[in-house]
Amino acid sequence: MKLFKLRGGVHPEGRKASSADVTIRSLPLPPQLYVPLQQHVGAPAKPVVRVGEQVLAGQLIGAGQGNISAPVHAPTSGRVVAIGDHPSPHPSGLSAATVTIAPDGEARWFESDVPADPFALAPDDIAARVGAAGIVGLGGATFPSAVKLKLSRKSGVDTLIINGGECEPYLTCDDRIMRERAVEIVTGIRLIQLAVGAQRALVGIEDNKPEALAAMRAAAAGTDVQIRAVPAMYPMGWDKQMIQVLLGREVPAEGRSADIGVLVHNVATAWAVQQTLCLGRPLVSRIVTVSGGAVAAPCNLEVPIGTPVQALFDACGGFNTTPARLVLGGPMMGHQLTHTSVPVVKGSSGVLALTQAEIGLTRPAPCIRCATCVRACPVGLLPLEMAARIRSDDLDAAVTLGLKDCIGCGSCSYVCPSSIPLVHYFNYAKSELMAQARSKLKQEATKKLADERGARMERIAREREEAAAARKAAKAAKDAAAKAASTTEVAA
Amino acid sequence: MIIPILSLAALGISLGLLLGLAARFFKVEGNPLVEELEALLPGSQCGQCGYPGCTGAAQALADGSAPVTLCPPGGRAVVVALAAKLGVDADLSGVKDAVPSIADVREELCIGCTRCYKVCPTDAILGAAKHIHAVFKEACTACGSCVEVCPTEAILLRPVPPPLQSWGWVKPGAVAAANEGVLAA
Repeated sequence: MKLFKLRGGVHPEGRKASSADVTIRSLPLPPQLYVPLQQHVGAPAKPVVRVGEQVLAGQLIGAGQGNISAPVHAPTSGRVVAIGDHPSPHPSGLSAATVTIAPDGEARWFESDVPADPFALAPDDIAARVGAAGIVGLGGATFPSAVKLKLSRKSGVDTLIINGGECEPYLTCDDRIMRERAVEIVTGIRLIQLAVGAQRALVGIEDNKPEALAAMRAAAAGTDVQIRAVPAMYPMGWDKQMIQVLLGREVPAEGRSADIGVLVHNVATAWAVQQTLCLGRPLVSRIVTVSGGAVAAPCNLEVPIGTPVQALFDACGGFNTTPARLVLGGPMMGHQLTHTSVPVVKGSSGVLALTQAEIGLTRPAPCIRCATCVRACPVGLLPLEMAARIRSDDLDAAVTLGLKDCIGCGSCSYVCPSSIPLVHYFNYAKSELMAQARSKLKQEATKKLADERGARMERIAREREEAAAARKAAKAAKDAAAKAASTTEVAA
Repeated sequence: MIIPILSLAALGISLGLLLGLAARFFKVEGNPLVEELEALLPGSQCGQCGYPGCTGAAQALADGSAPVTLCPPGGRAVVVALAAKLGVDADLSGVKDAVPSIADVREELCIGCTRCYKVCPTDAILGAAKHIHAVFKEACTACGSCVEVCPTEAILLRPVPPPLQSWGWVKPGAVAAANEGVLAA
């Protein structure tokens, strides 16, 4: 089948070999699990357990709030020892609301109803179960999957694309899960296909993963799930790039893939859907790649959500040299870890300990306008022009140039011969625009409050005046009556 | 000779008439700029600029008697918006975004005098006579009006740490080499 041409992209060194050929291991339970209540895009979950309470594995500990949210479940059985702030795996390193669980080591599972035949479920029922299991996009976007399923069903999609691109260097978690759990993934894909009513399901896998391709082809034989090899490049794992290469359709600017009738899910998400619908297991663990030049024995681990990152490095033999930088996620789009006590969350695909040689920092030099970044941009933007506008604080001009369509993939920063932190400029500008929007909202709310107070003060003053006038009138009437009475008396 | 004179005179009279009519029918009540400027200001009428509320400040801005940097609670965003509206260059060097803070009532000192909630421009204080007062943190704009009237110095403006949701990246180059190229690697 024909593949379509792509715009931009870069070819970073894969560096996947060290962890790709090691079987996924289960991580032993750490002494404490720190489960953040917000591991997804949208509103944070609301805790539904109390400190001291015994919980079972898979038991609901945080309920989703609002339309876009996801619940959180206990990764294992144990006791809730704290509900409070704990450092979160966020670029800021700030703390966030977290439920701390001390595992009892028994891993007793919460009784949940498992459908006898998941393929007999109604599409809405599948979406509801996926939502209740707290499944979010495991590729890293962490958008609640049930919301995507419901929206796609409503808007009508014809094609389901399962993203096995995994274009980030170092990361092999999707590669390993496809090699080892292909049958489960294919079942998950067919269930998702059923939930959205898509006519066809395509799996896009980069051609640098021949074993995963073979395993998935074998598992998909006899089903209508089609496996496609796509060229290895970065950012192939970006959903819009995957749609473009497989279908030749382009998602409109500021649009979603559903606008052109496509739904994209990650392979690990498909596996999580299968676990929920066939075994009744909510999303309480994920596969995480532990890699980087400073890690003694890189591998993939199946990690309970909430495990501190330090436990992962320890399980891989610790560091063989002092790492120059710890990264959560891939080296292109991940962020620096502030410390290793932060927990693994649903969206953590990898933890990397990189050596000085691997990060190769150089000081930024002035832009030479070579336009290498323009050729690398997969969206077709002008990174050099946008960065120049942002540097001179002209954010509106950067927005006009398409800042909002920037996906922050880092291709431009990667190729820049002057080492200009282009994507850092764009991230800064995006957060600045969000801050401006927030302060505008606050300003509007303040204005409303001030206006309401003004109106109330006016009403009180008016009422007081009216009361005074009424009193005066009553007094005048009384005086007049008294006067009249006295005159009649005199007259009498 | 007579034709050009007549035609020019006719042109002059008709244009004059048009202008006269336009002046009557499209008459503008007050300076519209004042209203537009007021819409840009925070609107809490806190009086920190020295003018009687935001309307007074907008009037002064329109007259040109006040600099665009007059509004302390507005921060940089308001300065930039005002400068763009007035078409002037804003000197942002002196403008600091105030640390996000809220008024905090120290309960052991509050005597329940009700003075603070009477002056609060956004009704952010709840209280009754001889009862400890409390602050709604969502409504407080940290304007400081309550701090000034409190007889027992029970109210302080307390900085609130930015929550994770409103954390943002700093501008590249604005921080020392330690953070350089965090994402550029």
